Amino acid sequence: MSDRTADNPGMSLTAAHYHVDREDEVTFGFWVFLMSDAIMFGVLFGTYAVMVRATAGGPGPKDLYDIHSVLIQTVALLLSSFCYGMASLALKHRSGRRPLIAWLVVTLLFAFVFLSFEVHDFLSMFAAGGGPDRSGFTSAFFGLVPLHGLHVTTGCIWMVVMIVQIARYGVDDDTRLGLERLGLFWHFLDIVWIAIFSIVYLGGLA
Amino acid sequence: MTDVHNGHTRSVHTHPGWQPPATARDQGDRNAYRKDLYSYISGLVLALLLTAVPFALVYWHAMTASSLLLAIGVFALVQAIVHFRCFLHVDLSRGSVDHLLLVLFSGVILIMMAGGTVWILGNLHARMY
Repeated sequence: MSDRTADNPGMSLTAAHYHVDREDEVTFGFWVFLMSDAIMFGVLFGTYAVMVRATAGGPGPKDLYDIHSVLIQTVALLLSSFCYGMASLALKHRSGRRPLIAWLVVTLLFAFVFLSFEVHDFLSMFAAGGGPDRSGFTSAFFGLVPLHGLHVTTGCIWMVVMIVQIARYGVDDDTRLGLERLGLFWHFLDIVWIAIFSIVYLGGLA
Repeated sequence: MTDVHNGHTRSVHTHPGWQPPATARDQGDRNAYRKDLYSYISGLVLALLLTAVPFALVYWHAMTASSLLLAIGVFALVQAIVHFRCFLHVDLSRGSVDHLLLVLFSGVILIMMAGGTVWILGNLHARMY
């Protein structure tokens, strides 16, 4: 990002301007993708808000949601976001390959905690008779929340790919740019999760 | 530390015989590092607080349902801003003004589409009963 060059004015003087421009362009393009993703999530939130009372006599939010599990997921995802921030710091301040990979692995571990609690929640919803085919409410829920989980899973796969690339090729311009975009994706997913735990879970239990 | 462009040379700055070429710049780098670290840590602490309060309010049913929903919404909005500021580094500086405008524009589209859906269908729902 552009504030990296501003913070280290002596660093990019030798690099051609082409690099900076390309980097900014690629990053901005990724931001556009993220915002289009945000709008898709937003429309699904709208659908969920419309459907939340359409339980068709089946179980409602208070019967299906478990606030303890949601709190654990929230903290796990937040900590993974923070650890990714530490990885970006290791990248930005050139601390070397080892702390970078270590932070990425810790990030993955927290993401794994998040995903396992989420899958456990979905399974107990199925067991309580609240599968996606039960009512308009459960359909809207399973259209929205697992989609975020799928995004997190994709982010995990991407992170594994980045770790392999760093281990194989070191920290070059390409891996740097990849890590920067993965960071945007990862922090963005945490913001979507804020909306999920606030609107879906806390809103449903309030 | 400053001119290491490749992960292969990661141990350069820890090598015992290595002298920093410019201590002033080194100091500047350390300050920048501390500033960034502070941004992430304050983001984490703020986000934890802004998460804990709405969860506690809902857990102990501290308010009526409608004021609870309002409080949850306000805390979520503030936490989203904290995440944008501290983790995604979107602020009012010149470097990130493009990103800020993009986020705000998407926010407007989002409010129109999601808010409009809830408004129209809520209205239809009210008319049916």
